Amino acid sequence: MAEKKQVWVFIEHTDDQIADVSLELTGKARELGDRLGYEVVGLLCGHNVDRLAHDVIRHGADRVLLADDPELALYRTLPYARVAIAEAKRRQPEIFLIGGTPNGRDFAPRVASALRCGLTADCTDLQIGDYYVKKEDLTYKDLLYQIRPAFGGNLIATIVNPNTRPQMATVREGVMRKPAADATRTGVVEKVEAVFEPGDLALEVLSRQVRKSTVKLKDAPVIVAGGAGVDGAEEFALLRDLANLLGGEVGASRAAVDAGYIDRAHQVGQTGTTVRPRLYIAAGISGAIQHRAGMDQSSKIIAINTDPNAPMFQIAHYRIVGDVGEVLPMIIKTLRERSMDQRDAE
Amino acid sequence: MTESRPIHSVVLVKQVPDTHNLSGEVMTKDGTMNRGALPAIFNPEDLNALEMALAIKDRTGGTVTVITMGPPKAANVLRECLFRGADRVILLTDRKFAGADTLATSNALQLAVRKLPAFDLVLCGRQAIDGDTAQVGPQTAEKLGIPQITYAEEVVEIDATHIVAQRALDHGSEIVRCTLPCLLTVVGTANTPRPASVRLQMERKLAAAPGEYAAIRAQWPEFESDAALDAYLAGRDLKIPVWTAEDIGAAEGSIGLAGSPTQVHKVNFVVLESTESKTIAPTPEAIAAMVAELVHEYIVG
Repeated sequence: MAEKKQVWVFIEHTDDQIADVSLELTGKARELGDRLGYEVVGLLCGHNVDRLAHDVIRHGADRVLLADDPELALYRTLPYARVAIAEAKRRQPEIFLIGGTPNGRDFAPRVASALRCGLTADCTDLQIGDYYVKKEDLTYKDLLYQIRPAFGGNLIATIVNPNTRPQMATVREGVMRKPAADATRTGVVEKVEAVFEPGDLALEVLSRQVRKSTVKLKDAPVIVAGGAGVDGAEEFALLRDLANLLGGEVGASRAAVDAGYIDRAHQVGQTGTTVRPRLYIAAGISGAIQHRAGMDQSSKIIAINTDPNAPMFQIAHYRIVGDVGEVLPMIIKTLRERSMDQRDAE
Repeated sequence: MTESRPIHSVVLVKQVPDTHNLSGEVMTKDGTMNRGALPAIFNPEDLNALEMALAIKDRTGGTVTVITMGPPKAANVLRECLFRGADRVILLTDRKFAGADTLATSNALQLAVRKLPAFDLVLCGRQAIDGDTAQVGPQTAEKLGIPQITYAEEVVEIDATHIVAQRALDHGSEIVRCTLPCLLTVVGTANTPRPASVRLQMERKLAAAPGEYAAIRAQWPEFESDAALDAYLAGRDLKIPVWTAEDIGAAEGSIGLAGSPTQVHKVNFVVLESTESKTIAPTPEAIAAMVAELVHEYIVG
């Protein structure tokens, strides 16, 4: 009997914890695997990370390929890629999903190049479908549709890799939903040997400084985000006031980050953080698709813009055509008055 | 660390459509882009890569060679490099390169790099603004069989055998030490690219690829023939060499559309989902009513 086809997920981890995006992709791989009858396989490289393997299984994997080696303790391109390339050549996975993190985006192209296979960056959706090639009069069945915005976001492209395997794609954190852990799930943890060539150890990490991010965009219930339509850093401070009142966080479009109003850690969108808060206030954000791709799943969206044709208005639940510098103070004032009324009532 | 020595760098740059100024007519039927329909600019992070290479040359001596793959008019970005101090530039252009995805692009670039004399560093921008994939750098490194340092922000040290560089990560940074040769992808925060030098601009303003001779002769009628202009430019090291697929020995199925495993299945113009929405007047009363509604729906606590 032929072995079952496989869909793989690259499992990233730091400080003994699996990256959310890897678990999100494990959930997606489970969905794809169920649809196609494929085995869901997590590729876990590290040192003393056995415990993490079970976590991957609890989130939907059938099997974890575990490469344990001191050289794999910290992520480095070549040792990690060596394991992935060797195992992919041996096992021929159909699909390989990687988180669109800095490390994922360093790892995936290296591996794709070695396997001479196609890779699509920063997908915002993954589906299964057929692909008809007129020239060959041939329909490729059950390919991975790799869907991403293209060309400044005016277009959505569906990319396929009909002839090469695995079909590789990176996906940003937050785009897919993280499945709940199921403690009753069982699976196989299979140890694989990491065999390095001398050149694989050409790079050594001398030091690594990670600041704990104080920006918690992803889990914020309310996000007040500003864009190019916010007039200067002073006006941007209004967003902070409003976010504080609502118990939320400040977000930003790329334009606001590029203008220097706020740190890149606050950027929402395809190349920033993907969020789905209860309320998203888009202040002076025109709504390029790269931005919308990162926030259009928000429960309620308020858009404020002087341009009545701003694309953001088309996905907003509340449209306010007006100046950010006038509208935000009105919202702030209303909220302050309400909280005072409440205090008076108590 | 060992003694320093001259460092020879190769910088890979790209002319990109200015994606901030997009209109609807930029897509062709096969799903690739009609670059002619857009203003073309020097990919911003590639300028940072060029600056990093030039700064290393300032420190250690050596050379900076720049390669671009693109249509004939991509010679424009090569002139920009010459005006900033690049020693040598090469234009990779051939219809056979057209329609390349990142894998096919990296194959053409690596073949061109291999044709050069020995190098210590290959540098390129982290990503190009027309695709934002950040894939070509690592894919080129893999095919050259050299290590990669992505998101390079600073060269801390470089000597005869090693480079120490700082990488920018999401929430921090990392210092790595790597053997030479290696490939760096450079982020926009790495440096402030130097402007074109006025002196070099004067000296090198005629630098041109053969495909541009007609335009130059229209402006400078004193060159009576292409051959005369060619001899003039070649004698002053101002001739931008053009390499074709054949020149770099690229196999037919390994470059361009034919060498690209990814295919565009379809392209949709963005259709915005219509949501049930309300227009709120920018007045205190209307805003207060909206807030009351959000409170009522437990959206705002």
